[in-house]
Amino acid sequence: MSYRHASAGLVDRGRVRRFVFDGVSYEGYAGDTLASALLANGIGYVSTSVTHGRPRGILTAGSEEPSALVRIRAPYVEPVRPATAVELVDGLVAEPIAGRGRLGDPDDARYDAVYAHCDLLVVGAGPAGLATAAEAVRAGERVILADEHPDLGGSALDLGSPADIADLIGDDLALVHGSAADLTEAASRGESVAGSGDTTLLTRTTVTGIYDGTYAVAVQRLTDHLPARGGGTRQRVWRIRAGRIALATGWHERPLAFEGNDLPGVMLASAAVRYLQRYGVLVGRRAVMVTTNDAGHAAAATLSAAGLAIETIVDTRDAYPRIEVFGETAVHGVAVGEARYDADAVLVAGGFSPALQLYAQAGGRLRYDEALGAMVPDGCARAVTYVSPLPPSSHVPVPQGGYVDLARDVTVADVRSAVGLGLRSVEHVKRYTTAGTGPDQGRTSALLVSAAVADALGAPTGAVGTTSARPPYAPVLFAALAGRDRGALLDPVRETALHDQHVALGAVFENVAQWRRARYYPHAGESMDDAVRRECRAARGSVAMMDASTLGKIEVVGPDAAEFLDRLYTNVISSLAVGAVRYGVMCGLDGMVLDDGTVARLASERFLVTTTTGNAARILDWMEEWLQTEWPSLRVWCTSVTEQWATVALVGPSASTVLATLWPSFASFGFMTWRSGVVAGLPARVCRISFSGELAYEINVAWSSAPALWAALLSLGVTPYGTETMHVLRAEKGYPIIGQDTDGTVTPFDLGLGWAVSKKKADFVGKRSLSRPDTARPDRKQLVGLLPVDVSLRLPEGSHLVSADGAPLGHVTSSYYSEALGRTFALALLTSGTQRIGAVVDATLLDGAGLRTVPATVVSPVLYDPDNLRRNGNPAAQPGGDAASTGEADFSPADAERNAAENRPAVATPPVDALAPWFARFEAVTARTDGRLRLAAFPLGGQLTVRAESTLAPNATAVDAGRTALWLGPNETLLIGDGPVTGDAVVDVSAARVAIAVAGPLARRLLAFGCALDLHPSTFPPGSCAQTTVARAQVIIWHPTDDDYRLLVRPSLARYLSDWLVDAADGLDS
Amino acid sequence: MLLIPCPWCGPRNETEFHYGGQAGVPYPEDPAALSDEQWARYLFVRANPKGPWSERWQHAAGCRRWFTIRRDTSTNEVLP
Repeated sequence: MSYRHASAGLVDRGRVRRFVFDGVSYEGYAGDTLASALLANGIGYVSTSVTHGRPRGILTAGSEEPSALVRIRAPYVEPVRPATAVELVDGLVAEPIAGRGRLGDPDDARYDAVYAHCDLLVVGAGPAGLATAAEAVRAGERVILADEHPDLGGSALDLGSPADIADLIGDDLALVHGSAADLTEAASRGESVAGSGDTTLLTRTTVTGIYDGTYAVAVQRLTDHLPARGGGTRQRVWRIRAGRIALATGWHERPLAFEGNDLPGVMLASAAVRYLQRYGVLVGRRAVMVTTNDAGHAAAATLSAAGLAIETIVDTRDAYPRIEVFGETAVHGVAVGEARYDADAVLVAGGFSPALQLYAQAGGRLRYDEALGAMVPDGCARAVTYVSPLPPSSHVPVPQGGYVDLARDVTVADVRSAVGLGLRSVEHVKRYTTAGTGPDQGRTSALLVSAAVADALGAPTGAVGTTSARPPYAPVLFAALAGRDRGALLDPVRETALHDQHVALGAVFENVAQWRRARYYPHAGESMDDAVRRECRAARGSVAMMDASTLGKIEVVGPDAAEFLDRLYTNVISSLAVGAVRYGVMCGLDGMVLDDGTVARLASERFLVTTTTGNAARILDWMEEWLQTEWPSLRVWCTSVTEQWATVALVGPSASTVLATLWPSFASFGFMTWRSGVVAGLPARVCRISFSGELAYEINVAWSSAPALWAALLSLGVTPYGTETMHVLRAEKGYPIIGQDTDGTVTPFDLGLGWAVSKKKADFVGKRSLSRPDTARPDRKQLVGLLPVDVSLRLPEGSHLVSADGAPLGHVTSSYYSEALGRTFALALLTSGTQRIGAVVDATLLDGAGLRTVPATVVSPVLYDPDNLRRNGNPAAQPGGDAASTGEADFSPADAERNAAENRPAVATPPVDALAPWFARFEAVTARTDGRLRLAAFPLGGQLTVRAESTLAPNATAVDAGRTALWLGPNETLLIGDGPVTGDAVVDVSAARVAIAVAGPLARRLLAFGCALDLHPSTFPPGSCAQTTVARAQVIIWHPTDDDYRLLVRPSLARYLSDWLVDAADGLDS
Repeated sequence: MLLIPCPWCGPRNETEFHYGGQAGVPYPEDPAALSDEQWARYLFVRANPKGPWSERWQHAAGCRRWFTIRRDTSTNEVLP
């Protein structure tokens, strides 16, 4: 039984679309929505309501639909969507939602996001929106015009006749089309693009929120209207920085509340007209019209002329007799007062509510207009205006009964009950009844709820007002918000220069802050414990090495550098001799340990500071904060060199032997000093520092040279060890890890580091706090060692320590098996810990035997070599030791050969260049786009940071004698290229960044996927540079010439950024 | 997403910045001269007004400069 009108509508009757709803096949036409196609097939019962389980049909003809919710199974998956907003495609499979609906269909579609900038954002492409956009285009402005429908035109399309539509909006439509940038695949293929390109037309795009200022977010549906999804992006989130926003969002018609008003067949009058004029569907045979305004009469006339019999028109302005709709799953009849009508449709013209949700989100005030019977805009402090005309005036009758919110199954009786319980505010009624909290966010029901509350309170509707609208305006998929940041791109992982070498050795990795670090290197058949014990034996017995490149490194340079470090560190730094290294502790203002590390004095006015892996950025910020905000008179400059220097720790009694082999001029030097040299043919800075208690060297070479150093050490039979062994070795010596053994409530004294707190200095950051009563009390938690009485029991880290009567005493911070001690041990923060040494405490343990406590003996945290004899090598080999046993004998040529064989990489060591693995993929992108997008690694040559007042304008570059200067800040310039340099402080950062060239006509579009800066030539002309972020990587964007951008990025993030660029390039096709 | 005017680099997204709290709370001239209560007030007590106030930001992903802006905490509007 077809309800399709013989001739009306804009659907394409030449193109049939087959679809399945609730297991049954139907046909519709191109241009239908699922709702119009269902109505054309006589299907009115579309879903079952959320809590009452009542049959529900189609109330509206737009995305404001509260009740006709369906689940889409093919050709895409979506758990809940109104049938009124689903474009009909061949092969569409949909099913009714019964109750709450469910998740479950796996979604393998792609989603992404893009940043956009404009002078004017117009929301809604009806006549008012088109006129507003056209005016701005004529004024030469950059315009974005967004509309949620497939076609521009909005309410003009309800006129039904193409000629009438063209008369109303044709000129404006032609103008905006002519100025539009073509964002389609055709453009990416290089086909001609019409217009200036400064107007962006976004159809099928819902502006879901206005956030701070005039920042708007929109969701564009790119593929749901296509019968088969290709590999393209399904939805794109637009993050729009607009100069101002014009809301041409029109208004929503609202229903009326009477008995039976939720039956399928009860529909808004304007929706019935739209189904006729756009889709050529008559929504019934015989209808009763209930109207509050003149528009209802006009709708009745239009529908009547098309063949829908209007049995009667109830105009509430004259009289509003009691109305009751009869039927089981469809309308069968309507009682109006004493009269009874046979009807299969009830048309409701309940008045109009301007769509002011976005206006309210932007802080716009609303006012109830008694004459219009609607909330209207009443001023907005931001550049956000409502430009649609106000709706026709309507009467707002007292709700009789039935439902006020179909989406949440809230009745008039529910509202009366809520008010009767004492809820006076419409916001409270909303929270109590849940009215307005459905997927439609109460767009059609809000004023009905207000009218019901007003009636129950005996107050005017205007005094009750409506609830506040908050983002999002329409439901947004989490997948769309996640966008490209999924899987491997979820969060950037920083890799050291030796990452591929660790992979080749079969390393098991762990994440430490943003870094991926090798945790241990299992040989065939080895468990983690086996591997760690072997690695510990090598480090304590012969020689082993670890990639320590993730340590934060900061060069602190300037005439006042020593004074500056004295103020930040708890101990004295200024007395350090050039060539020496000192361990130092930094506290926060509260006296708690912030970070620790070493300070090497490179020259009288130049220091190299190391930080813990996770704290590098934080400590640099900390230094800048003090320098800029408290001590601006100090002449000091801080530069991150974390990725300038790769660091390999060479550890063990035979470390000197191995080092001497690679360093022909090696001569032994003292503990806590450093020397420059050439190691394995590489310029190196070698520091004699030990984080294991053994004789050890930290060998620093340029980041890109690290693989060569590593390979040389491997070939000498040095055993690689990972972070797990590092932890065991340092814990055996009682060396705390800031952030693991501390938690921001621990002072240097609590850690037993009182020796590193100067008593002579008048002040340092945190000093005053160390004499506060709380920080000075003796019964604080202190770092101790713990030896479980059961020597094989490894206490879980985090185990609580309790007294015999169950009082909390602290917790285990680190816990390992010690190969050197032949038993387990732990570090813990224990109340009055130093006074408890020798005592036994209970540790809580939850395992297969349930929750229990186990005893452990409190000991000094230094469990191995307490007299520090081993930092000069094997004590037995030192003068006065056993002459027959030398350190070198621990590591015989045979040992070296065996180790070298066992630690041979499983695969060939990859090339040195961190970008190399990506060249091929870059080339594929370049080839696929016919060179319209060219990605390539770009060699930078030398890089120097110069700290002196910049002569460049902000964000500008200059080329001089073949070298390019990039402005990085008011007193910071990056020089790329070689040549002489003058300035207050110069730091070599040649290895600290690599560059990727992004070039071609599509370059700017690619970068817009990840860069929030406006790269339009009017604001970022050739010759510009900027420090910002692309995706989640901090970069310098250097824009030397048209269509040519270079991204300078830390080498540790190069693989992430390359991966992201290649992935984003796929998005250009959508 | 606030748009914060870095005095050097220009307006940038909030995500490029680190927040520095209330502006104009200087490190005391001589911390040792302060009573425990005065020191605790410097350490822990900050204003929390509704309306305009001055606060510090650092352009962490850009020029690393610290600066002060005025912002209305009730509207998030950055004031001139």
